[in-house]
Amino acid sequence: MHNFEYHRAGSLADAASALKKAGEDGKLMAGGQTLIPTLKLRLAQPSAVIDLSGIKELASIKAGAGEVTIGAGATHAAVAASKDVQGKIKALADLAAHIGDRQVRHRGTIGGSLANNDPAADYPAAVLALGATIVTNQRKIAADEFFKGLFETALKPGEIITAVSFPAPEKAAYMKFANPASRFALVGVFVAKTKGGVRVAVTGAGESGVFRSAALEKALSGNFSAKAIEGVAMPAKGLNSDIHASAEYRAHLIGVMAKRAVAAAG
Amino acid sequence: MAPLDTGIGAAVRRREDARFLTGRGTYTDDINRPGQAHAYILRSPHAHATIKKVDIKKAKSSPGVIAVYTGEDFKPINGVPCGWLVTGKNNKPMIEPKHPIIAEGKARHVGDPVAVVIAETKAEARDAAEKIDIDYGALPAVVDMKAALKGGGKSVHDAAPDNLCFDWELGDKAATDAAFAKAAHVTTLDLVNNRLVPNALEPRAAIGDYDKATGEHTLYTTSQNPHVIRLLMGAFVLGIPEHKLRVVSPDVGGGFGSKIYHYAEEALVTWAAKQLGRPVKWTADRSESFMSDAHGRDHVSHVELALDKDNKFLGFRFETLANMGAYLSTFAPCIPTYLHGTLLAGNYSTPAIHTNVKAVFTNTVPVDAYRGAGRPEATFMIERVIDKAARELKTDPAELRRKNYIKPEQFPYQTPVALMYDIGNYGATLDQVLKLSDPGGYAQRKAASKAKGKLRGRGIASYIEACGIAPSNVVGSLGARAGLYEAATVRVNPTGSVVVFTGSHSHGQGHETTFAQVVSSMLGIPMESIEISHGDTNRVPFGMGTYGSRSIAVGGTAIHNAVNKIIAKGKKIAAHMLEAAEADIEFKNGKFTVAGTDRSKAFGEIALAAYVPHKYPLETVEPGLDETAFYDPKNFTFPAGSYVCEVEVDPDTGVVEIQSFAAADDFGRIINPMIVEGQVHGGLAQGIGQALTEACVYDKNGQLQTGSFMDYCMPRAQDVPNFKVAHSVTACTHNPLGVKGCGEAGAIGAPPTVINAIVDALQEYGVEHIDMPATPHRVWKAIQDAKARKR
Ligand SMILES: Cc1cc2nc3c(=O)[nH]c(=O)nc-3n(C[C@H](O)[C@H](O)[C@H](O)COP(=O)(O)OP(=O)(O)OC[C@H]3O[C@@H](n4cnc5c(N)ncnc54)[C@H](O)[C@@H]3O)c2cc1C
Repeated sequence: MHNFEYHRAGSLADAASALKKAGEDGKLMAGGQTLIPTLKLRLAQPSAVIDLSGIKELASIKAGAGEVTIGAGATHAAVAASKDVQGKIKALADLAAHIGDRQVRHRGTIGGSLANNDPAADYPAAVLALGATIVTNQRKIAADEFFKGLFETALKPGEIITAVSFPAPEKAAYMKFANPASRFALVGVFVAKTKGGVRVAVTGAGESGVFRSAALEKALSGNFSAKAIEGVAMPAKGLNSDIHASAEYRAHLIGVMAKRAVAAAG
Repeated sequence: MAPLDTGIGAAVRRREDARFLTGRGTYTDDINRPGQAHAYILRSPHAHATIKKVDIKKAKSSPGVIAVYTGEDFKPINGVPCGWLVTGKNNKPMIEPKHPIIAEGKARHVGDPVAVVIAETKAEARDAAEKIDIDYGALPAVVDMKAALKGGGKSVHDAAPDNLCFDWELGDKAATDAAFAKAAHVTTLDLVNNRLVPNALEPRAAIGDYDKATGEHTLYTTSQNPHVIRLLMGAFVLGIPEHKLRVVSPDVGGGFGSKIYHYAEEALVTWAAKQLGRPVKWTADRSESFMSDAHGRDHVSHVELALDKDNKFLGFRFETLANMGAYLSTFAPCIPTYLHGTLLAGNYSTPAIHTNVKAVFTNTVPVDAYRGAGRPEATFMIERVIDKAARELKTDPAELRRKNYIKPEQFPYQTPVALMYDIGNYGATLDQVLKLSDPGGYAQRKAASKAKGKLRGRGIASYIEACGIAPSNVVGSLGARAGLYEAATVRVNPTGSVVVFTGSHSHGQGHETTFAQVVSSMLGIPMESIEISHGDTNRVPFGMGTYGSRSIAVGGTAIHNAVNKIIAKGKKIAAHMLEAAEADIEFKNGKFTVAGTDRSKAFGEIALAAYVPHKYPLETVEPGLDETAFYDPKNFTFPAGSYVCEVEVDPDTGVVEIQSFAAADDFGRIINPMIVEGQVHGGLAQGIGQALTEACVYDKNGQLQTGSFMDYCMPRAQDVPNFKVAHSVTACTHNPLGVKGCGEAGAIGAPPTVINAIVDALQEYGVEHIDMPATPHRVWKAIQDAKARKR
């Protein structure tokens, strides 16, 4: 990796001012599970790295009435192990428990994952399907407004995710068909029956990242059962084709994973 | 032999594991020489390009930089040699283009070295390399073998306009064609043996060191065969005589074939160390390994099997395209020929066999031996086409095999493809594997799978392997440019402890344990008194190294023979000390005894006498107890076996899960059953990896699409079931230990076993074949295609 300035932030305010000072080439680091490999491969050359992992206030997980708020710095392992998350949104705890491997889960964070918005990442499906709200040091962003395409989000330069607030659904489940090599999602489907209706988000498959499936949502709205999806055609258009899976296979898997998710949601 | 619990046949725990498991091994990258500089190799991002101009000015003035070299600097130096000359049809020798240390004028694969920076630190070397400005002229890449052979103005080397390295055949074509003409049934199959990346846990590394005062070079390198590297690099590349070149291969973290070869980086650091008067170290990172370690397999084949009306095999016909990559790696030409064509009789008494192999240059990383080396490719063709034949003929696949096996009474058996099998009992391993795998309960298991919505399949395959490639005079006549013997020195110290110097390098095989067991048995002394030393050309007399499951059969026999020389000399000394005739001295349980008496001398007493020769037959016997043996085998050894696997396929997703795997092998006599079982497990895991997960993929422009573990899928623990393993023994007839070798068997037998099981599971769709790796996507696609055909 190239040389850079390293700053371990003590507080959110400290991080924000360090980031501002560093300017365009400054980079936040949470768990480093995406950033460090990128630096090692010399695909990024930040002038300064501002480490958020020492900021205690970012790591908290709090349950309120009908919602759970997870600090941006909470690791995947912490989310998976949280009694609050398990109690209110079991699907989310399960999802976190199956990200990467043990090492990754103990360093990688929800904030880092969302800011990165990898098209094959798991969390974006949960955030979108549950209609979560992303809280930053500047504003609140609705899930539907947050994901803007491959590795693109609504975050502005200098903006730091501080927490994600998830309303508890009536029912929800996530089914991931892992890419055999990377174990990221080849196709991941998060189904949720929420107060505002049924929401279905698909990750891993879309050419421009996570998306909601209107067809599946419609089918499930009347009848939240695996049977209801039986005849729903999943078009391959707009889905990824690569050495691991064709768009047709991904389209097919969306149907299979959606059914399995609905069945698991009970 | 001695009734010691550390002798031959004992499941002794691996002595080397204490250091490996506690992180106390010493690998090449752990070695740091005083004043050491670091090399970073800039590699071509293009599969095929002319190198018009290389501007190194900025790199040279980058901080910490000591030197920058390009192809120009290496022009006067020879390329990396190929160790095997294959002669094709009409006596046409293979085309053997120069394989330069640093590309000269043209880059021929992604990863081809185009410049090297040597700096104070690795990071500085890498920083500087980014400042090298290369003007490339991109050329169209040659990737697909069939297209490559059409030439069409796209050639990897000017010397091979149609990209054909050689066109080789083996077997009697006329007799084979005649067999097919009279066949009652012919089964044909087109298949691919997928290209693999070896991915040893430890990436390659090399340190060059030069002593100005003595003129001696030392190369520390991750090699399976340091003496071979000394010979190839010293004699053919850099012109350094053996006495001025020491090659050390310390602990090596796995090779699987990929560390047999002499690589450009070894010559590069050795050469640069002398130029600069400083040690120079290079360690590959994983991305570099993917594009610079020799890959494995990569065959495209057409297979035909002819049977008579009683289902007896009449003939096999094979056409294979074998990918050589962009340059010939050390043993590349030998893999699809003498380690492949010669194995095409399999376990069967087929009267007529013919194969034609075309070796093809492409703009990809060189391809060479990888665990099994040619034999997995041969076995896959044979065992897949037999399975298809059994299905077409509606006969039991195990019984079709049994019917055509070479019978025990037929040994020694001369195959129509050059080899003479000395011994075997294929029916015995078949019986064993059937017993292990409970065919009686299969229908019930299939029904249980069906109830879960899964398709169950059962596959069987037999294999034969040829290990310990030899004898040297024969392989020499077939084009080998080296001998294939092994050497060992057994040094008995004055107090009776023993050091064995072996040319069989150990990099995971457990030689330090197994070889010590052989010596422990023979000398009747405990393992703790025996040290196995390997991997240093200044200590070990000579050696051809470890590959092709040759270590116990060839290296072990050399040790055995050297120990026998020690015993013979010991008898002379004992006879003198006991005042008896040499012929009356017996050696047993670590004691030299006058036959029929209780007068004896312990091994340690004889050792002491040899070094303190006071009461000693100095007139006729030299002092000292130190013997060397070179062993050149009379023939290959022929391990064989049969495997059975059951899989469950999820028809909704295409996911294959291996439910059970049983392996019955005949490795001849077994020295350490635990180590042998471990070797079988590892081989099976690699074979399952090839069958289910691993694929090295290039796009049509020659870009490596599977350049990291994000895209190249190694098998993980969860992909591998608990294995049931059994052995039966027919002792090898031509080596004194009766051993055959076991390192590659699993990787040879597993792929067809797994694929046969998957095809079996997909019978309700009429799927006839599926190429490896049978990924979920591929299995799902095979189901969809078969459904579409039916419609
Ligand atoms: C081997 C491996 C396997 C993996 N498998 C999976 C998987 O199966 N599924 C999956 O979803 N992911 C997987 N990941 C990714 C993993 O979940 C990462 O942890 C995650 O993508 C990034 O989180 P991080 O905390 O490590 O972020 P970092 O790497 O530290 O940062 C990532 C990006 O986010 C930015 N960032 C970090 N925190 C904030 C913040 N609070 N506000 C704004 N920007 C911020 C950084 O500047 C950087 O650009 C895997 C990673 C590895 C290495």
